[in-house]
Amino acid sequence: MTTSVLTSVLIWLPIGAALVIWALPLSRYAIGSLAVLVSLVEVGVWIEQAARFDFSKTGLQFGERWPWIGDLHVSYHVGEYAFSLWLVGLTVVLMAACIGYGFWVGRDRPRAYFGLMLMLTGATVGVFLSQDLLLFYAFFEGMLVPLYILVGVWGGAARLGATVKLLIYTMTGSLIMLSAIIVYGLKGHTFDLVGGPIDSSRWLFLAFMFAFAIKAPLFPFHGWLPDAYREAPPEVSAVLSGVVAKAGTYGMLRIALTKFPEPAGYYRTLILALAAATLVYGSILAFRAADMRGVVGYSSMAQSGLITLGLFSATNLGYDGAVLQMIAHGLVSASLFLLAGAVERRTTTGEFFRLGGMAKGRPALATLLMTAGIISLAVPGSATFAGEFLILAGSYHQGWWWAAIGAGAIVLAAMYMLRAISGVLHDARGPAVHDEAMDLRTGELALIVPLIAALLLLSAWPAGISHHSFAGDRPLNDVFLQFR
Amino acid sequence: MIHTPHIDWWAITPILVLVGGSFVALLGAVLVPAAWRRHFAVSVAAASSIGATVTAAWLYVDSGNGHRVIADAFYRDRWTALAQVILSATTLLTVLVGADRVREHESEFYALLLAAAGGMCFFVGAANLITLFLSLEWFSLALYVMCAIDYEKEGALEAGLKYLVVGSFGSAGLLFGSALVYGATNSVGFVEIANAVGAHGLSGDLLLVLGLAMIIAGLSFKVSAAPFHMWTPDVYQGAPTTVTAFMSAATKVAAFTLVVRVTRTAFPQEAHLWTWAFAGIGVASLVIGNFAALVQRDVKRLLAYSSISHAGFILIGVSAGSALGARAVMYYLIPYSAMAFGSFAIVAARERELGVPVTLSNFAGFGWERPFLGVAMWFFMFGFAGLPLGGGFIGKFYVLSAAYDHGWTWLVVVGVLATLVSLYYYLGVVRAIYMRGPEELQLAPAGGSPARETLLHLAVGACLVVSVGSLFAVSPLITLAKHAASALPF
Repeated sequence: MTTSVLTSVLIWLPIGAALVIWALPLSRYAIGSLAVLVSLVEVGVWIEQAARFDFSKTGLQFGERWPWIGDLHVSYHVGEYAFSLWLVGLTVVLMAACIGYGFWVGRDRPRAYFGLMLMLTGATVGVFLSQDLLLFYAFFEGMLVPLYILVGVWGGAARLGATVKLLIYTMTGSLIMLSAIIVYGLKGHTFDLVGGPIDSSRWLFLAFMFAFAIKAPLFPFHGWLPDAYREAPPEVSAVLSGVVAKAGTYGMLRIALTKFPEPAGYYRTLILALAAATLVYGSILAFRAADMRGVVGYSSMAQSGLITLGLFSATNLGYDGAVLQMIAHGLVSASLFLLAGAVERRTTTGEFFRLGGMAKGRPALATLLMTAGIISLAVPGSATFAGEFLILAGSYHQGWWWAAIGAGAIVLAAMYMLRAISGVLHDARGPAVHDEAMDLRTGELALIVPLIAALLLLSAWPAGISHHSFAGDRPLNDVFLQFR
Repeated sequence: MIHTPHIDWWAITPILVLVGGSFVALLGAVLVPAAWRRHFAVSVAAASSIGATVTAAWLYVDSGNGHRVIADAFYRDRWTALAQVILSATTLLTVLVGADRVREHESEFYALLLAAAGGMCFFVGAANLITLFLSLEWFSLALYVMCAIDYEKEGALEAGLKYLVVGSFGSAGLLFGSALVYGATNSVGFVEIANAVGAHGLSGDLLLVLGLAMIIAGLSFKVSAAPFHMWTPDVYQGAPTTVTAFMSAATKVAAFTLVVRVTRTAFPQEAHLWTWAFAGIGVASLVIGNFAALVQRDVKRLLAYSSISHAGFILIGVSAGSALGARAVMYYLIPYSAMAFGSFAIVAARERELGVPVTLSNFAGFGWERPFLGVAMWFFMFGFAGLPLGGGFIGKFYVLSAAYDHGWTWLVVVGVLATLVSLYYYLGVVRAIYMRGPEELQLAPAGGSPARETLLHLAVGACLVVSVGSLFAVSPLITLAKHAASALPF
């Protein structure tokens, strides 16, 4: 097994930087620069890891393990599989863009803001790197701590209600998961994810799935979503939908499917049905949403349903597609949220009836929004199309109707996304759009263009991820043991 | 001729240091000129609490094989010593917070504080029912007076009186229970009681069970577990905040370490009864503490109910009745006492700033005005709620693991649901200090910029270090707790 201290660096560097920012009396400018710098260093560290990663080998790479709570067999165990490598990459890239966005718009109370954003980076990376259940839980919860304050302090007018909902919903799931973790860990005398035993308890599976279904979110556990995505600052919404929600689907892949294959098979139809319902319902809500963030938010909910559909199709195609879709959708939804933020800054609103006609005289905004939107609706040739195609092909094995529902949802996606694009860019000019509203500035372009570029790159070569996510480490019934 | 027992002076050195400090501080009231009195009392109190901490730590190292000393009346073992370390350190923190605050009766205040601490250090090592009762009264009497020491302040006398009356009720129950147990077993020593029950087949004897029940009730008053908690909110609210901070941390540590000891040592044959009793009391505390805290506006009352709910959590560990449970209790107490003390100290800082009792609404903007204390409060509240920002998270994990290990999955579920309820009010405090701007504050601060209060910051910083550090240094702390718990018969 290749080892690397850089795995821990990915987690603790941003958290350490957050402490530095809180402790030292730096100027506003220095704090923002330091935060952006640290987030770029994270990207650099990740690139270094990705370059050294051996995609042909099975098993954990860059692992690191220390005892943490010795007598209960809990350890600090981190490491990467190929699919977690991609998710970590998504996290560091998005966080860099979002921290940059925060710097660019000049969030007030910069010490608190950038410290929390860095803390969120560390916690989110930690979720994807943990190979111990309690550690996973700690980071899973740890994400909520900065999110609570980020939404509650820098959010919109109705932020307080949004934070309470966000916390109560997700904590309900996580605490149920905590009891499942205790039972699983004490029963098997280990909390380790790599060496932990396969369990056939349906209760435990349901407890884990409950937490992940809230986080993802799946219908009917999505009550926290609309308020949180609408009230959070745009870059925090981008993080929420881009990576934090992915922690839910990642948990399904890493824990629910691999540790509980028998119950996963038993409840497959139920979960596929929930996923399909999420996909269709989310798409319909997105179609009805009155503002841009509503569309993007509900569409990410729909995408969570699609990813779950792929994961629970229990086929290689489905898994590959799900990982690809997690990455592609993370990039696209973050770009769209940042663009929505840009639009809101210029017009003070995201509501379609006050927007329209923004394409005229603003070519950069129009091009980027159009590109992101088109990728989001899975136009053939795009990365999301590749992901959705793989997922649908995979789910076809569980019954043609799942694939049919999925295909129908793509049509819905086209409907809501084109409606959103025309609502903002085309149509008659809305009352909130003034001539002075500028096109995207260089700073914004510097943040959003790389995200779109990454998407275009993925569109050109989706196999870069879909063929490099599992090297035999699949949670498939006959070979799941390789996860050890 | 009276036989005097052989006395192991070294075993009671921490107590002697504290009590000696108490005498010296009290003498200061008459011998030291008024201008120097406060500094003198603070220095004496700080020195003797440091001395007690150091000697207790030394005793921990030096008491590998635990045994009873002084005519079998007192335990010299690591369980005692570790509890004494926590208690003396809490006393030191209290001195730091009190240094700027206690402006009247300084000598008396520190004399009482040290006396209470000495009593608690004796209490945790009690080896028979007589020393148990004696030391309980010893520290309780000191605490009754400390609660009412600001007798000119509204609510202080009420707090003192309420604590006295209700506490005496608990003490009376404990004493009567001890008498019944003595009647049943003809012995007062913990070990002798267990031996007598074993030798004469007294398990299930009516007198014994009744006595045990009354002892449990009496001790539950001290740990403020429901339904014996009625005094807690009023006393915590009325007492000077420095005293509240001390009580919330130290009393719980003392009472819980003793509860684990007495049940395991004296009543092992009755485990099937007291495990259920503690589980029941624990669940009641979780329910009452958490739901009552939801509707509190006064922060001290809110924290009082939160301490009741935490008593419930710790009782989950006690009710497991296993070595794992004992370890869990000892571990839990370390971050808990740090968080409890720290949060009350922060309330004390705000109280001084405003000159009125701290409520959720006049906490508004605190986090932005005093960044360090705000961040500390944030960490303490999230730590209380079991979010992984401190050792509170591991503590909860540990007691729930102990419950599961005991075969009580239902208790795990209750604990988890209670945590969920508690989240609402802990987040409420964070919301108040960060998400409501100072402009929402309806009253003007008492005037000028807030006092610097270096010592208070130091104390809060120490609490923060302990509470966050215990998340990372779990293994060393658990090893300490494990060695301590190995002194108990499991």
